[in-house]
Amino acid sequence: MELQTMIWLVVGASFALYFGIAIWSRAGSTSEFYVAGKGVHPVANGMATAADWMSAASFISMAGLIAFMGYSGGAFLMGWTGGYVLLALLLAPYLRKFGKFTVPDFIADRYYSQGARVVAIVSLLVMSITYIVGQMTGVAVAFSRFLELDLFWGMVVGMAVVFSYTVLGGMKGITYTQIAQYVVLIFAYTVPAVFISLQLTGVFLPQIGLGSTMTGNEMYMLQKLDQVLVEIGFTEYTTNNNFGTLNMFLLTMSLMIGTAGLPHVIVRFFTVPNVRDARKSAGWALVFIAILYTTAPAVGAMAIYNLVKTVHTGETIAEETTLRYEERPEWMKNWEATGLLKFDDKNEDGRIQFYSDANKEFAATAEEQYGWKGNELSVNRDIMVLANPEIANLPNWVIALVAAGGIAAALSTAAGLLLVISSSISHDLLKGILKPDISEKNELMAGRIAMTGAILLAGYLGLNPPGFAAQTVALAFGLAASSLFPALMMGIFFKKMNKEGAIAGMLAGLISTVMYIFIYKGFLFIPGTNLFPDNAEYWMFGINPLGFGTIGAIINVIVALIVMKITAPAPAHIQDMVENVRVPRGAGGAVDH
Amino acid sequence: MQPTGSAAQYWKANVRLLLWCLVVWFVVSFGFGILLVDVLNNFSLGGYPLGFWFAQQGSIYTFIGLIFFYVWKMNKIDKEFDVHED
Repeated sequence: MELQTMIWLVVGASFALYFGIAIWSRAGSTSEFYVAGKGVHPVANGMATAADWMSAASFISMAGLIAFMGYSGGAFLMGWTGGYVLLALLLAPYLRKFGKFTVPDFIADRYYSQGARVVAIVSLLVMSITYIVGQMTGVAVAFSRFLELDLFWGMVVGMAVVFSYTVLGGMKGITYTQIAQYVVLIFAYTVPAVFISLQLTGVFLPQIGLGSTMTGNEMYMLQKLDQVLVEIGFTEYTTNNNFGTLNMFLLTMSLMIGTAGLPHVIVRFFTVPNVRDARKSAGWALVFIAILYTTAPAVGAMAIYNLVKTVHTGETIAEETTLRYEERPEWMKNWEATGLLKFDDKNEDGRIQFYSDANKEFAATAEEQYGWKGNELSVNRDIMVLANPEIANLPNWVIALVAAGGIAAALSTAAGLLLVISSSISHDLLKGILKPDISEKNELMAGRIAMTGAILLAGYLGLNPPGFAAQTVALAFGLAASSLFPALMMGIFFKKMNKEGAIAGMLAGLISTVMYIFIYKGFLFIPGTNLFPDNAEYWMFGINPLGFGTIGAIINVIVALIVMKITAPAPAHIQDMVENVRVPRGAGGAVDH
Repeated sequence: MQPTGSAAQYWKANVRLLLWCLVVWFVVSFGFGILLVDVLNNFSLGGYPLGFWFAQQGSIYTFIGLIFFYVWKMNKIDKEFDVHED
């Protein structure tokens, strides 16, 4: 079958499925709308959490990041999985026992203060909106590349589908759709990986294949990859440490704490029936996430290997064996058309040279020996996963599956974010602060209106992405790590922590992190407004702004403890509440105010 | 309500368990995967240099094991102190 028809068929079928679930799972109450009536089985919730968590960034970008970063890519792998240990051990069971609908609910009740609620709402909204921009851009790119639709209409279709199951179904609809989306995206990710692992190593499981010998020779895959990359001037794949030890440490920690502090992830643990299931559900979420996250290193390594081998066709590096531009494969032509892959024949020999010209010593040798005048191929790392099946010559249905998977990953995360955005407006802001006596029916209506507004805003931002979309992800994690996570954790583990300490801590963590990022990345990321250039020479104590969330979290805790010492401890009834949250028994169904 | 003796002990048992779990969490990722990576890379697991394996595979498997171990152990502690659900 023609590739384009196949893609239409597979993506269309997946949309029909999501739409069907939306109709079947309409929400009738606020409890169903916000937390799916707290009746979701822990394994099902784990799967939905995995889909919620794994965004366009995990599906499309991560393996490409690893492909070009080698060992240092581990910061993302460990950071985005290790956070679930913190969630399962330090937050999920207690927040479930507490039994409310949203993260600001907990902050406001635990710190007996509307001020604390406002701080929580503000950081939640900033985090979620920055995060959702990236998702909608991902949806738009996937649509326009694979469906050959105009970007605007691609976005309209995407928004209509999201609208159908988020606005009608709320958390209930989102949960069941996410389970379907998880299945689609995990197949789409692992099937090509298995094919490629079989091609290169003859081993079925990519996780094992990456540590095995290559077919037709005795060398280990990773050893061969190290050798191939060093031959063209890059550093060894397995030891390549881009960040340096200090920043690798801080970045990994920041991503872990940030993961555990992201509201759209935390709120998933409010949907299970009891405390025991909240603990278990975090474990299942990590199992489902790990299937993708342990496959990604193999996808990345094998993709970069295939890329180098496509361009350097001989056993050893030589001018005569570099790929002739005329003979380039079909997939290169396809991606050249999108502008994400570029070729510039610097020495005008009609052949493609791909090597590290940043390595001065190698560049000099290459010029002398082969007459190369610089690297001629630039590849956007985001295309590695999407182009992978084409590079490996896999059948058309696999390519169609990858298209549906990328869209599923972006849609499922967008839906989860839309829910926390709308609930923070209708529940936290409207019911919690402005109009406490609102009826359940009106609150539900307000939730749906807020959701619709959020979808329109996200769609608009997806069509007109602010230039800083990529960098804001660092901001979202930095904010979560430095503001919400410490406040939640101290609320459970430090019984005497009071509102003065918590608010001062959140503000100190938030402001220091935002300032540190802005100093190097520009005020509100506007180019040219940064005070110092963003490189190691200027970083305070050599700390990369990407990893500053860790420092922000430490500042938060220290400030909170100092302020707590000099003010009155939390009142007795709050301390009793903390005692109660620490014990599993008695976590009933939904408890509203 | 001041915590009764058994509530305080329950909480202590929980905190002790989770501190041990966090030690393991830290050692496999930050220890083996980052701080000691060069030392461990002198050893290998199949075709994986060991430190590299911990950074890209091993720590993730350990995290999963750790959560389920904590769940299992906590369920036992809950029953022991008679604070379990149902």
